[in-house]
Amino acid sequence: MRLSKRAKIILRACVGLALTFIYIPLLVILVEAFNSSRILKWPPPSFTFHWFGQAVESESAREALVTSIEAGAVAMLIAVVLGTLISLAVGRRHFFGRDTISFLVVLPIALPGIVTGVAFSNTFTQVLGISLSLMTVIIGHATFCIVVVYNNVVARLRRSSGSFEEASADLGADPWQTFRWVTFPSLRSALGAGALLAFALSFDEIIVTNFTIGAGEETLPIWIYHNLFRPKELPIVPAVAVILILLSIIPVYLAHRLSSDDGGLTPGRGAAARASAPAAIAEAEATAAH
Amino acid sequence: MATDAVVVKRSAGRRLAGLFHGRRRLQIGSLLAAPMAWLVILYLGSLVVLLITAFWTVNPLSGTVIKEFSLENFEELVNVPVYREIVWRTVRTAILVTFTDAIIAFPIAFYMAKIAGRKTKALLVVAVLMPLWASYLVKIIAWRAILAEHGVLNWALSPLGLHGPGEGVTSVWLVMSYLWLPYMVLPIFAGLERIPDSLISASEDLGAHPLTTFRRVVLPLSFPAVVAGSIFTFSLTLGDYLAPKLVSNEQFIGTSIFDSITNNQPFAAAFALVPIVVVIAYLGVARKLGAFEHV
Repeated sequence: MRLSKRAKIILRACVGLALTFIYIPLLVILVEAFNSSRILKWPPPSFTFHWFGQAVESESAREALVTSIEAGAVAMLIAVVLGTLISLAVGRRHFFGRDTISFLVVLPIALPGIVTGVAFSNTFTQVLGISLSLMTVIIGHATFCIVVVYNNVVARLRRSSGSFEEASADLGADPWQTFRWVTFPSLRSALGAGALLAFALSFDEIIVTNFTIGAGEETLPIWIYHNLFRPKELPIVPAVAVILILLSIIPVYLAHRLSSDDGGLTPGRGAAARASAPAAIAEAEATAAH
Repeated sequence: MATDAVVVKRSAGRRLAGLFHGRRRLQIGSLLAAPMAWLVILYLGSLVVLLITAFWTVNPLSGTVIKEFSLENFEELVNVPVYREIVWRTVRTAILVTFTDAIIAFPIAFYMAKIAGRKTKALLVVAVLMPLWASYLVKIIAWRAILAEHGVLNWALSPLGLHGPGEGVTSVWLVMSYLWLPYMVLPIFAGLERIPDSLISASEDLGAHPLTTFRRVVLPLSFPAVVAGSIFTFSLTLGDYLAPKLVSNEQFIGTSIFDSITNNQPFAAAFALVPIVVVIAYLGVARKLGAFEHV
């Protein structure tokens, strides 16, 4: 679009302001992590690495990290299995109720997280009589992680035709062999990307976790949340936060690399999942209307 | 012996294949059995339980849940002015956040889609997406550091003789606008990318002023994308409870649900139905405005 010089300058200023708005908080937390003061005081009187040492040595933080990795790994595994199964059915076959299924997959992330949290908490404690534990956290996480795996895999399936599978079957392979030697290799990178994003999503989750976690157990985000109210531990929080940001770059970068042969950018975390929500709803509604 | 094992395995696989061959329903059924059990029984079941629990009550003396049908929770929600105020405050904030994000997001999305060169565009997309990868809780904590009494904002404003918003609705509005901004930028960017450059050129060649082109061509064509983005900003604001809890002392829908979950689960369940109803109503409006074809 052809714009006058003045319009371009105004537009650039807007972009600059928006980027400043986006990055200032992240810079603030970075500086806070090195703040030598025990309380939040700006500007920091001096800078120190002390809190990073404390963070690494903190027993409770390490335990919380292990809990988070456990929860993330199990939730990821469940999501990979269930998500792949659904995408194989939805992406390769036409059947009645297909759009309802894709809608159902998206629902846990389309509804506000607090709804999922309260719903699970109610069901577990009031109806099933299960006490809350790490297992209930994993059930909650796996439910909204399915969509991430599903989105990645189904996109890959839709882009490739089923003719390779047909060829494999024609050449005498049984369904398992076809899956093992034809379908799976073509899905591998999409599966990897989906799995990493599912893990990252679970690792960062706190909304649903807060409702489904047992007393005395802490994932890393819950640990951070609790320590905000413990003056003694508070100064470590920004240091842990910075470590967390740095750590979270790894899976997202890897996922991006893995899915880059899809010829597009895969937005991280919830964005990918959420961005597809209205599309799936529309799809479901369109079929309902016909 | 090893070959024997392979032969046995193969024939078992073949027999299984024979069983599945040509039986589409069986194939689809076996693929979907486990995931549907999870999503329908566990997840949808929980939502149904939520709906049922909302009609239960709690004995105020013993604190035990009375599992009998009652409209008490809903009567309380409608009749007690505090709850009406909380719902209205939350919806108002959600609308404000949506407008704020639309206003911030549109210029940057427009620049990305229609002005920037290829390299700048790629760089800006990454720059906008980056904060999505940082932990949600970490971003709220950063805002606590900014908005605190001795925080960055008051330090920056003090030479001007001004004071930050402190702990209140304004802070919640700021933090939420920050948290959900990328969810608004991305759909608008995608929507603007889909507008063919030739349409804009045509408008220019026919002598329209850039502002007219913008108002008569770009804006109407990208409006559904803005509505699509607003679904995220609106529904995310409606359900959030940590941002209000950590940067304000005001009650929102989310914080009320969170606070009542420990001693009054039925009431929490009833309150959780409010954001569902509002989000569904909003989705209905969004569909009318054509948001779904443009995501």
